[in-house]
Amino acid sequence: MTAVAHHTSTGLDNRKLAFWMFIGSECLLFGSLISTYLVYQGRSVVGPTPEEILDIPLTSISTFVLLMSSLAMVLALAAVTRGDRRWSRVWLLATAALGMTFLGFQAYEFTTFVHEGLTLKTNLFGSTFFVLTGTHGAHVAVGVLWLLTLFVRSLQGKLGPDKAINVEITGLYWHFVDVVWIVIFTVVYLLS
Amino acid sequence: MTDNHTHAAGKHPGVGTYVTVAAVLTVITLVEVGVFYVPAFHGILAPVLLTLSAAKFALVVMFYMHLKGDHPIFTMMLSIPLLIAIAVGIALLFLFGVVALGGTAA
Repeated sequence: MTAVAHHTSTGLDNRKLAFWMFIGSECLLFGSLISTYLVYQGRSVVGPTPEEILDIPLTSISTFVLLMSSLAMVLALAAVTRGDRRWSRVWLLATAALGMTFLGFQAYEFTTFVHEGLTLKTNLFGSTFFVLTGTHGAHVAVGVLWLLTLFVRSLQGKLGPDKAINVEITGLYWHFVDVVWIVIFTVVYLLS
Repeated sequence: MTDNHTHAAGKHPGVGTYVTVAAVLTVITLVEVGVFYVPAFHGILAPVLLTLSAAKFALVVMFYMHLKGDHPIFTMMLSIPLLIAIAVGIALLFLFGVVALGGTAA
C-alpha cells in the first residue's frame, strides 16, 4: 500500500521541512548551553573540577554506544523503506535499547558525581555540566520514547513503506542528538 | 507526484555505506581518545580534537541525516543556525575574556 505524498509548492515534504527548522532552533539551544559551559570553564572557586572527576574511558564507551545507535537507526529506516517489517522492528528496538544504555551510563555518571560531591549547586562546573548534559539526556529520553512508539506502531502493522517519512523524521531527531553528543564529548570531556 | 516510499528511499545511501560510515566514526573516536592520552599531542590537542569532531559531525549529517543527497534547502536550514550559534559562542568567549586577540586571556 502506498500513500500519495502531499503536493507542496516546494515539492518537499512539509513535515520534513518543519523538522529541519526545529533542528535549526535546537542548534541555537545547544549552542547557548555549550557556550555557557565554555565561558565558565575554569572559573569554579571550589572543587571538584573536571580534571578530578570526569571519567574519559567510561564516556568513550557511552559515546560509542550512541554512535552505534545511529547506525541502527539508519538500518531501521532502510528496512522500513524496503518493507521488511521484521528487521525494521529489530533495528528500531536496537536503537531504543542503545539509547537506554546511553542513559544508563549517564545515570551512573551523575550518581557517581553526586556521591563525590558535585551537584548542580556545588560550583560553576557542576551547574553548567549538569544543565548541558542533562538537557542532552532529556533529548535522548524523548528519542527513546519516540522510537518505542514507532516499534509499537510496527507491531500493530501500521509502519509500512508508506510511513517511511515518519521513521526518517525520527531518524533526523536521533542523529541530531548524536551529533550534539559528538560536540559535547570533545568540548566537555576531552578538552577539559 | 511521488509516493513517500520513493521520496524517502530515492537518494539515500545503501546499507554498505551506512556500515562503512559507522566504522569510520568508530575509528575517529578511537583516535580522539588515543590523542587525548598521548602527551606529545597535548600542545595541539584542541585543534586536533576539534578537527576530528568536525569530521564526525560532517559524516553523520551528510550520510545518516542524508544531507549529501537531499535538497540543498535542508543543508541551509542546518548550516545557517549552526553558523549563528558558533558566531555567538565565539563572541561570548571574547566578551567574557575567555579568549583574547593574540592568545588565551583567562
